[in-house]
Amino acid sequence: MIIARILGTVVSTQKDERLQGKKLLIVRPINLDGSDTSGYVVAVDTVGAGFHERVLVVAGSSARLAQGMKDTPVDAAIVGVIDTVAVSG
Amino acid sequence: MQLARVIGTVVATIKNESLQGRKLLVIQSLNKDLYPQGKPLVAIDAAGAGVGELVFWCRGKEASFPFKREDTPTDCTIVGIVDSDKHVLSI
Repeated sequence: MIIARILGTVVSTQKDERLQGKKLLIVRPINLDGSDTSGYVVAVDTVGAGFHERVLVVAGSSARLAQGMKDTPVDAAIVGVIDTVAVSG
Repeated sequence: MQLARVIGTVVATIKNESLQGRKLLVIQSLNKDLYPQGKPLVAIDAAGAGVGELVFWCRGKEASFPFKREDTPTDCTIVGIVDSDKHVLSI
């Protein structure tokens, strides 16, 4: 899983029916110190995360194993809102 | 699977329900000579690892197999603890 920050939202009316009602967010992977990296991912939100929060993003086929995501066509899901990251050394 | 060093912990109160109770650790992948390679990742712990320990981890869908395999959204899981750095022999 990677740590990412929420940059924005995506609105899509016409989408796969299994994605109906799912919130789509644009997230950017960040470093442990909170600094931005390049790139972005559109991820489905499963926890109710908000703008600019640090979140945990799971990628690949594991993304649809999150509760409420069964059989949905996604490869990135937000599965947690990060409170703290403690790194030693 | 890859070798990694556990370098930290992550606390996340709000989680997908299927991750409740799981321990989250920050790991740094290592090459065969035990030097860091790539960026740190957040892993779920299936082996009882702690900060500073040398571990190996599994990526992809298989990462969910140590838990309820159809219900655990993880792409990075610590599946074993290496006895010590000296127990990694590369030729």
